Amino acid sequence: MIGRIRTLVWKEFLELRRTPQLLRLVLVAPVLQLAMLGYAATTDVQHVPIVVVDGDRSPASRQLLETFAASPYFDVVGERMAPSAIDDDLERGRAWLAVLVPPRFGDDLARARVRGTAGPSIQVIADGTDANSSGVALSYVQGLVGQYATVVAGPAARGAPQLDGRVRVWFNPDLESRNFMVPGVLAVLLLVVTANLTSMAIVRERETGTLDQLNVTPITRSEIILGKLLPYSLVGLVDVVLVIAIAVLWFQVPLRGSVALLFLSSLVYLVCTLGLGLLVSTMSSTQQQAMMTATFFFLVPMIYLSGFIFPIENMPTVIQWVTFVIPLRYFLVIVRGIFLKGTGMAVLWPSFVALAVWGVAVVVLAVARSSKRA
Amino acid sequence: MTGLWAVAIKELRQIRRDRRTLTILVFVPTFFLFLYGYALNFDIRHVSLAVQDRDGTPESRALVADFARSAYFDVVAAPESDRQIDALVDRGTARAVLVIPVGFARTLGEGGSPAVQVLIDGDNANTATTVLGYVTALLQSASFGATGERPHAALVSVEPRVWYNPELRSTVFLVPGLIAFISMITAVISTALSIVREKERGTMEQVRMAPVSTTAFVAGKTLPYLVLSQAGALAIIAAAMVFFDLPMRGNWLALFVAITLFLIGALGTGLFISTVADTQDVAFQAAAIVALLPTLILSGFIFPLSSMPVVLQWISALVPARYFLVALRGIVLKGLGLEFLWPSLAAMGIYALAVYALSAVRLARQ
Repeated sequence: MIGRIRTLVWKEFLELRRTPQLLRLVLVAPVLQLAMLGYAATTDVQHVPIVVVDGDRSPASRQLLETFAASPYFDVVGERMAPSAIDDDLERGRAWLAVLVPPRFGDDLARARVRGTAGPSIQVIADGTDANSSGVALSYVQGLVGQYATVVAGPAARGAPQLDGRVRVWFNPDLESRNFMVPGVLAVLLLVVTANLTSMAIVRERETGTLDQLNVTPITRSEIILGKLLPYSLVGLVDVVLVIAIAVLWFQVPLRGSVALLFLSSLVYLVCTLGLGLLVSTMSSTQQQAMMTATFFFLVPMIYLSGFIFPIENMPTVIQWVTFVIPLRYFLVIVRGIFLKGTGMAVLWPSFVALAVWGVAVVVLAVARSSKRA
Repeated sequence: MTGLWAVAIKELRQIRRDRRTLTILVFVPTFFLFLYGYALNFDIRHVSLAVQDRDGTPESRALVADFARSAYFDVVAAPESDRQIDALVDRGTARAVLVIPVGFARTLGEGGSPAVQVLIDGDNANTATTVLGYVTALLQSASFGATGERPHAALVSVEPRVWYNPELRSTVFLVPGLIAFISMITAVISTALSIVREKERGTMEQVRMAPVSTTAFVAGKTLPYLVLSQAGALAIIAAAMVFFDLPMRGNWLALFVAITLFLIGALGTGLFISTVADTQDVAFQAAAIVALLPTLILSGFIFPLSSMPVVLQWISALVPARYFLVALRGIVLKGLGLEFLWPSLAAMGIYALAVYALSAVRLARQ
């Protein structure tokens, strides 16, 4: 049996060597993609383009607008003379926010300071088409204006005693979304590249007719599956090493946990993704079908429902149940845990077990499916 | 022209014979919209909170009650030691921890500002920022309740107004993004194999001998998929309007033009991949690499383009979904006319022309 599998593995390697295009794609593309998407996948909201309308033109209004210009969150892209001029900026998407300082802002502010009453309010108009970013940008505005008010009020005005909230953020003190997203992109890339690789593996032989030739040899179905799984695992492992190296060396994502555990879990994950591809391959009769099935029934739902971008705890309960059958979900918990929290087996074992069970199940299923079809 | 029809009819026949592919092209896009439209949102509620009340006074309990009563937090645990806190956060059982120190009520009674400690799990920076905002707001309002004084009048206040999506609903911004993503994937995937398959099976030689020009061949290959993808895209938009209250403030004709231009570009991308790849598995890998993640991450669908490094903003100029999203949000949410839409439409047109020209050149050379 070992000898036959070895022959099959050798045959696969020969085939891989003869399609240098595929090999190049599988090894270079993940590296390039991670290097690019690692930068792009950031939910940090910065450099929000804003336009300002200063209806007052007093030192006070200047000072307020300068705090916007100086903030890293906002880029002032223009100043308009009249409030009506901002319509165009928001419609064209040149600016996301418009900040309008009303006339007599400075006078009202000075009066409120003396009398201790409520002061003037500035109007902020936001483009809500990107609701998430707009919400964050609006909270930055509140923060900036609050700071400005404190500065203007001066040290004399101390209000009622306040609770002194000492907030500490664990694992990612600067709230850098990159530290969270890069391990995620890494996991998704591995899924896409490796599952695609094997999803074509068996159906290709069926389409070209070589599967029949394999069937008349004494090779068993499980040997065919294993013979496909092993060589592609090696390719997948090279990918794992490459993407982890980029995450750590290039993006400087802190790797706080055990490197050995990271590789071990990646290996288990590879069994899942490669096995998934093989299952798709046994289910399809043409390569086009395999591609459609893999993309639409597996890759896309997994990417969206795994917690890669959208937190699972925000999803409706029924869909949260669905996420339990997604191996990417468990792997994300593991990689993010190892990278950011430095957690070990003691905490991660449930995800680890789930991933292993999934991997074994999908490979067994692939073998079972392939034996039913001649 | 007859050549074009002949190729289109042949391709259509091939699609019809493959029931699964046909079903996927026509129905799966709408199904996806349902699934993801309900499943996905960024609205953060019910953050799991662990509370350690070391003070145990009516005042401290009042503060805990403020957190528990808000819609944002669910109190899930009352850890007794620091080690328990570590375990709760490590396991992800609690996203945030509130620690009220001994002497909280006493300091408050003396007119001081007692410190309370809040720990937030920062692994997901986006969620953590929102949680941080909730905590700050709650602590501020709680402090007034505790001392019984009237809120200090604000010296400067902000009067926010949100246009196009006043309630800042996530679905309103996610659904157009999903439409772009799903259409892109469907279109690229459906043509990615169309030519390379003929190459692999050797039928390309037969096509070459037939009296069909390269242009007619390329156009004939995409035409059936264009019609199918248009039907799919319009079905998604209709479903989004009926089930997710997606408004339609603009012109239907403009919408149709935008969809068609975008789909032509996306189908052309698949076609181009198909002329470059030697085998079907190469084509699949390339299609996934070009269509899947860049459309999700580099299009401005989820991650704001303005926060990205400048170099990546340039690279994103090559992602057609970027322009489609601007046009789609512009038409559907903002109700813009052609005078605002033309840059995006022109960009999509140029992209489509470029990929078709490249495909035709590659085909003619082979």
